[in-house]
Amino acid sequence: MSSTVHPSRAAGAAPARGTAATPGRGASSINAQERRAAYLFLAPAVVLLTVFLIVPVIMSFALGFTNARLGADFAPEFVGLAQFVRALTADPTFWAGLRNIAVFVLVVVPVQGGLGLALALLVNQKLRGITAFRVMFFMPVVTSMVVVAMLWRFMYQQDGLINAIFGFNVDWLNDPTTALPAVIVMSIWQGVGFHMILWLSGLQTINHDLYEAASLDGASRWQQFWNVTIPGLRPTFVFIFITITIAAFSLFTQIDVMTSGGPANATTTLVYHIIQMGSGRGDVGYGSALSLIFFIIVLAVTLLQRALTKED
Amino acid sequence: MSSNAPTPATTAAAAAKPPTRPLRSSGTDKGNPWTYIPLVLLAVTFVLPLLFMISSSFKPRDQILADLTSWRAFLPVGDLSLDNYAGVFDRVPVGQFFWVSTVVTVSIVVLGLIVNSMAGFALARLNFRGRGVLLGIIIATLIVPFETFAIPMVYLVSNLPRVVLHSDGFALRMGWANSYEVLIIPFIANAFSIFLFTQYYRSIPKELDEAARVDGAGWFRIYRSVISPLAGPAFATSAILTFLPQWNSYLWPLLVIQQENMRPVQVGMRYFFASATAEGTPWGQIMAYTSLITIPVILVFLMFQRAFISSIASSGVKG
Repeated sequence: MSSTVHPSRAAGAAPARGTAATPGRGASSINAQERRAAYLFLAPAVVLLTVFLIVPVIMSFALGFTNARLGADFAPEFVGLAQFVRALTADPTFWAGLRNIAVFVLVVVPVQGGLGLALALLVNQKLRGITAFRVMFFMPVVTSMVVVAMLWRFMYQQDGLINAIFGFNVDWLNDPTTALPAVIVMSIWQGVGFHMILWLSGLQTINHDLYEAASLDGASRWQQFWNVTIPGLRPTFVFIFITITIAAFSLFTQIDVMTSGGPANATTTLVYHIIQMGSGRGDVGYGSALSLIFFIIVLAVTLLQRALTKED
Repeated sequence: MSSNAPTPATTAAAAAKPPTRPLRSSGTDKGNPWTYIPLVLLAVTFVLPLLFMISSSFKPRDQILADLTSWRAFLPVGDLSLDNYAGVFDRVPVGQFFWVSTVVTVSIVVLGLIVNSMAGFALARLNFRGRGVLLGIIIATLIVPFETFAIPMVYLVSNLPRVVLHSDGFALRMGWANSYEVLIIPFIANAFSIFLFTQYYRSIPKELDEAARVDGAGWFRIYRSVISPLAGPAFATSAILTFLPQWNSYLWPLLVIQQENMRPVQVGMRYFFASATAEGTPWGQIMAYTSLITIPVILVFLMFQRAFISSIASSGVKG
């Protein structure tokens, strides 16, 4: 769109650039004016991001070493590493949350990523009505997690839809062995359409000539998939792998709506525990220490993934 | 693309496609009619639970249970009524919840478009010292999940002063809890939107600015009247990617809203459920509530599905 406007305007602009640049003083005052304009344009966003992102992140570093409480009438005092020691040595819920989130990430990342790719391959075909299928697969993504979690809580009831259809008699969310798998299935159902779209856009960036060249060389469809599609999806893969992992680590809403971390901590997560401690009990110091541990884990995993997927 | 900041997020940047390229509606692979079998099975898996939710919202308790073992579970058939919806309105002020969610979502989208596009304009088209570093920092913040600083943020806003207007002037109060401010202001500036606008504004020829400067236009006029009208797709993408997570926002309002009349719809759901379960869970009413807050979003999605899907395709950052 812009390219159609561009040539004529550009022609008009060319001599202007010459005149503006000739007198030294004029040019520098124009630069100063441009700089001033830039700072004014940036000011609202920079101030807001500083106050509501940078400052809270720094605060989580600082508050984790204090005994700060919500609504307390005393100023926070420095307590050294006490909050971290408490998490690591005296808080079984922390360890349960860590274990559960590890299971969740290890299952959800490959399964949701892989299913997303399978769906993308299915809907990347020239078939009548394919857009309607994409829209249907995407429907759970636009539905809020609160709604989806509540709906599945209903379906997981012992006298609910899932037992009725499949002939089970399991109390999915109240049995410690099935609660976390039930949350995992529901989470994949909700999120897979999102990754389908990301994979699909990755598939469509692959140059079509590569497929034609491969098929002229006698490559089978399977060989084309391994030698053209998979390498072509590499940037999409790295991107999906990292974002899906960060999102999975942050598991909270499903737990809050479906299980409250139960039964017997079988579904509690790191973030759920952070919120329980920091907000529910008003223990900001401990919640911040846990947040910091969470932050370090996410950062470490992200950097590790990046190192592993780095191109040679 | 910025050369600095070798953060994981620059990989994200590399993978993010130019924001406008829509997905081809027919795919690139030659179609195989057998594909319809898995497609239909999958469609059933994704759509039936939602049909079940909407159908159940019109049925009395006994009929929901009786229908579970047949296809009737997914269809609005039998003894249908709006009783469940009436029950929802009797129990909680859903209208007020909708109002709060609408005010908050619209404010964040509109103010966000202004603030983030201005920042993107400066980063893409104006020369100033520290530009690369600033963009690097903004991109690096993308890998920090909100959950890691939610608790310090609650502590922060509970200690911020707030101006309260009265009929005869104003007063300063401590703490932002239970206000529109606390739901709106922290989410106006958005690193991903800034990045999106920066990328898009960069793709527009620089000569347009120079021509407008010669005509005597100031930078604000260039931003508003020359360049932004050419960036429609970036505005649409940013609006869609802000709208969804904000309407569906849960954790933050859960932490900072205690008053009933300030609850957005998603958090209202939680309190509705808690108040309803006292006398045996009325699932019909709960399905009515969830349908009520979902159907508007599904309708907006179906109307603009092409824009939604290409926005998501160009993003990759989940709300």
